[in-house]
Amino acid sequence: MEVTQILLNAQAVDATVRKHAEESLKQFQEQNLPAFLLSLSNELANNEKPVDSRKLAGLILKNALDAKEQLRKAELVQRWLSLDVTIKSQVKSCLLHTLSSPVPDARSTASQVIAKIAGIELPQKQWTELIASLLSNIHQLQSHVKQATLETLGYICEEVSPQVVDQDQVNKILTAVVQGMNASEGSTDVRVAATRALYNALGFAQTNFSNDMERDYIMRVVCEATLSPVEKIRQAAFECLVAISSTYYDKLASYMQDIFNITAKAVREDEEPVALQAIEFWSSICDEEIDILDEYGYSADSEVPCYYFIKQALPALVPMLLETLLKQEEDQDQDEGAWNLAMAGGTCLGLVTRTVGDDIVPLVMPFIQENITKPDWRQREAATYAFGSILEGPSSDKLIPVVDTALNFMLTALTEDPNNHVKDTTAWTLGRIFEFLHGSMLEVSVITHVNCQQILTVLLQSMKDVPNVAEKACGALYFLAQGYEDSSGSPLSPFFQEIIQSLLNVTHRDDAGESRLRTAAYETLNEVVRTSTDEIAPIVTQLLPVIMMELHKTLEGQKLSSDEREKQNELQGLLCGCLQVIIQKLGASETTKYGFMQYVDQIMELFLRVFACRNATVHEEAMLAIGALAYAVGGNFIKYMQGFYPYLEMGLQNFQEYQVCAITVGVVGDLCRALEDKILPICDGIMTQLLKNLSSSQLHRSVKPPIFSCLGDIALAIGENFEKYLIYAMPMLQSAAELSSHTVATDDEMLEYANQLRNGILEAYSGILQGFKNCPKSQLLMPYAPHILQFIDALYNEKDMDDVVMKTAVGVLGDLADTLGSHASTLMNQSVASKEFLEECLSSDDPSIKESAEWAKMAISRVVSL
Amino acid sequence: MPPPEVRRSIKRSAVSDQQRRRELALLRQTQQRSDSQNRARRLASSVFTLSSSSSSDLILPDKDILTRAADSEEHEAHLDESVAPARELNVVQASKLKGREARQWFARQLMLPEWMIDIPPKLDRDWYVFARPAGNRCFVVSSNGTTISRLRNGSVLHHFPSSLPNGSRTRDSSGPASSYCVLDCIFHEPDQTYYVIDMVCWRDYSLYDCTAEFRFFWLNSKLAESGACNSPSTYHRYRFSVVPIYDCNQAGLHAAYSTSMPYTKDGVLFFNKHAHYQTGNTPLALVWKDNYCSQYFLDTDSQGLVPTQQQVVLEMQEDGKLTTSDDPPVVFGSLEVDFIQKSEFRAGNLLRFAIKDESVRVVDGKLELGDLQFISKSNRARAFADSYSKVFFQYAARHSPLKIEDIAASILPNLPDDSPIVDVEMGS
Repeated sequence: MEVTQILLNAQAVDATVRKHAEESLKQFQEQNLPAFLLSLSNELANNEKPVDSRKLAGLILKNALDAKEQLRKAELVQRWLSLDVTIKSQVKSCLLHTLSSPVPDARSTASQVIAKIAGIELPQKQWTELIASLLSNIHQLQSHVKQATLETLGYICEEVSPQVVDQDQVNKILTAVVQGMNASEGSTDVRVAATRALYNALGFAQTNFSNDMERDYIMRVVCEATLSPVEKIRQAAFECLVAISSTYYDKLASYMQDIFNITAKAVREDEEPVALQAIEFWSSICDEEIDILDEYGYSADSEVPCYYFIKQALPALVPMLLETLLKQEEDQDQDEGAWNLAMAGGTCLGLVTRTVGDDIVPLVMPFIQENITKPDWRQREAATYAFGSILEGPSSDKLIPVVDTALNFMLTALTEDPNNHVKDTTAWTLGRIFEFLHGSMLEVSVITHVNCQQILTVLLQSMKDVPNVAEKACGALYFLAQGYEDSSGSPLSPFFQEIIQSLLNVTHRDDAGESRLRTAAYETLNEVVRTSTDEIAPIVTQLLPVIMMELHKTLEGQKLSSDEREKQNELQGLLCGCLQVIIQKLGASETTKYGFMQYVDQIMELFLRVFACRNATVHEEAMLAIGALAYAVGGNFIKYMQGFYPYLEMGLQNFQEYQVCAITVGVVGDLCRALEDKILPICDGIMTQLLKNLSSSQLHRSVKPPIFSCLGDIALAIGENFEKYLIYAMPMLQSAAELSSHTVATDDEMLEYANQLRNGILEAYSGILQGFKNCPKSQLLMPYAPHILQFIDALYNEKDMDDVVMKTAVGVLGDLADTLGSHASTLMNQSVASKEFLEECLSSDDPSIKESAEWAKMAISRVVSL
Repeated sequence: MPPPEVRRSIKRSAVSDQQRRRELALLRQTQQRSDSQNRARRLASSVFTLSSSSSSDLILPDKDILTRAADSEEHEAHLDESVAPARELNVVQASKLKGREARQWFARQLMLPEWMIDIPPKLDRDWYVFARPAGNRCFVVSSNGTTISRLRNGSVLHHFPSSLPNGSRTRDSSGPASSYCVLDCIFHEPDQTYYVIDMVCWRDYSLYDCTAEFRFFWLNSKLAESGACNSPSTYHRYRFSVVPIYDCNQAGLHAAYSTSMPYTKDGVLFFNKHAHYQTGNTPLALVWKDNYCSQYFLDTDSQGLVPTQQQVVLEMQEDGKLTTSDDPPVVFGSLEVDFIQKSEFRAGNLLRFAIKDESVRVVDGKLELGDLQFISKSNRARAFADSYSKVFFQYAARHSPLKIEDIAASILPNLPDDSPIVDVEMGS
């Protein structure tokens, strides 16, 4: 069968036909990849072929070049690079040819594939003629070719990093793109494509934005495009402005007045998608200034100065945002994903408040006072929303008098306002009041023992309201409880039983599935338990069998549909989460632990049954809860190990859901601390799996640092029995150490990861060293000591470790001395860095680094012989 | 073109409770990992046992001045009971001991400097010097919400609240409830202050095996942090203070010897920088006095007068030999069997003798006392006989004392940093 038909069959409604076609394509690809790719690109380029087969051909090509998953992606890149040059150039020429096809879908698909190949080849200094040949297309008379070319340039800018393209080509791309946006360009399609391409190309324009004339030109064209008669162009132009606001914040001063006028006009008059982008511009400026001002908190000389654009725009910006609040949609509160002018405006107002603090209050208060009692629900809701939006940022001095007067009004509105939308926002605003103006950290709280009871009565009442209002009431109770964390004599304590019962009632409501009400009720229950004081422990103990019973009920249903199974799974997650919180609470003190121990057998049995509900994966929440349980139970947990071990192993093998794997690794740590050397019998299995995970390139990298730490946990638990794992673990630690100490971190994220890795490795060393302390076999570690010291030296010399790594690293210096004695001190005397590093840590401002350093200094001084 | 990421509405909460549970679990695990690690690090370093040296076969008197009333029902018969139960204890366990056992245990925990009878080499390089405050040497332990100071003989001096780690029943956020600390102090009556001259344990970390250099560094950085140097208050009855410690160069020696201190001086102490804290007598810490820097240059009798003849306190052994408190003990003489029987002395009794100057000889640098004249049984508050170095120092003090000039002369001259600048008249 020819390829066209197979591609069409692969999109057939009939599943058998579809499956068969997919199978043939797979076979073709496996048997002869070059021919497969060539045949697909010919299909895409052929204007005689049906559009559907051409589109799919392009899509398969694209998927043969790129994948989301990092390792798979690397494989595909290598596979492409190793293909025969003639094949590659044939494929590329088909693709470039397709850009002039009269069929828009074919052109667009080809654009994307070209960008993927560019993403692979340009960094390798291959296909160097690509950009020049695209730019030559720009002067084509046919506007559809021009459009496709601009689109391609945009995608290329998205795929490759700016360093790959030299400035001369960047200049030419930008010139072509900005000219394409110009009003003098006749074709709308070309202008849309150019504006969208600019969005991607902005990251390449660093040099051009530093040149006043070029920047002025780009800014003028973008601003003009926001006034285009074509909505798509206006929207794309505002998207460019948003991108510029974050990338070139420090270059904006001279344009802000014009931009304000443009955005104000768009917010007031334009279509919603355009107006939303106009608001987003200001939200984005807030983000920048919040970051800069945060940075100022740490050091007076931030890299970028704050221009206080928001502060300057405030008198005009605030009224504009307040107007948007009146443009609510009728049922936006029932829709999780809703996003409209009013929501964007309120969100922006919240960000503005965080940026300027106190100054916002007098500007918003008149709006609130004027609207809060109006008969039109939109006005009452907008006023309440405005109030809720300005609660984070201003000083409590400024807010408390206002909130004190408003609190009673809010409580009445929550019970009596006829409109659900108003009640929803009122409950949310109460939650914000409790979140920011109540708590043991604050000197003055708006909540007193007197009004607390009234607040509680209203919230419990509201929890019986329609789901979206009840959900917000739960949220408010969450923050009310949180505010009493760490304070004795919470006024909630006398009502604890009632609160718990009300929350349980919410979880049992028939409509608890709407507006994530059930989830909110359990989350609030968790927080209430977490923050409860010791005198409440008996009631928490009584709650335990109730939640266990709930969990038991979820295990009864049989032969569930996939929909029911998903619901069961979700409910089990909530209940296991709740049990986890209760276990942690009761396990934390000796007195309450006793009451809860009688339930441990049953709890464990329930968790094992939850695990058994699934085939190949383990339930993350149950795993988390088991960690807490093991730690609370201690050595006696050994009796559950036989039943639990298979799931533990399964969790460690879960590479797809790496969160589950990470949590399971954490649970191994809990088990080590609970079981200590009793964990020995299962160590072979665990170690094998952990070492396998470390060497796998499929496991998400974020799991590796905790695995290293976990090796330390195991070593500390089993002491010198770790001997047999040394020959596997030490070389692995060593090579990871070498890699992580010489990481050239190009960005913050990479550096953060390098530091996590370093910390994990150091924690492993620390655990191993301490594990071997005071035993004759400690000398087995001597051969590894020079490398450990070299690692610390390298870290010190790199000068890019964070505080956590510093603390762990200096501790390891102490561990070396503590375990290896004078042998280690001889080595340490040869290391200049370790001495300087120790001194530096001793004078650190961070108390935990200092403490660790002092331990190290002591351990070292102890082995210095006379 | 991808739309800019949709901004999260201010009305939707930023963190899910599940994420919060994950983070709390991680936080808990990190905390517990660090707790286990710290426990391991403290293991074997917080436990210290009685030194297995001479002190173990020492028999202590059962009573002392300060606790006499409370213990009055105790009889001499208890004297010879073994002290074994107190041997393998750490300081926390020892803190739970009561009465005589506690005294016996604590009487052995202090490091006792020898008296300086000759000048050690490299004094300026390897030694510290400081002015010893006048007063009672004590071992101060804070644990379990209280602080107890014990004198050299192990008896309790004060039982009081302090700002030392876990030294009072206030909520101390800076450490676990089980933490403790041990200080070597001198209680200075006039200003009611404990002058800390050494740090033995701090927040569960044992400093026994650390050098003096490190212990002083630690002492200086840690004590003030704890608030123990603050003025007395309800939860902090006595002030603690550090003493200025100098390198033993010319300037340091001068400062320790002649600069005025906030306390009354009683001699000068020299500590070897590299020495660990060693219980009992040690030549790596030395005490030296003269009339200028101490009121107690020559030993006084119970009336506070300097007797015409030098007196010594020696311990009677099973075989009647009279020995010093050193390890191994130095024999200075012996008692006749019939004299012992007549006097009803038992092995371990501390006896006071007078020395006849003319019978004392120094042979190969060793002191021999010759005739000993029995005076009386020693004061019951005493826990130990005199040490050899003390007897020697006192002997030398009466005949050819080691002078400050001698010590200064042994130190290479160096200009102190603040050496006065000589004015020069311009143009003269």
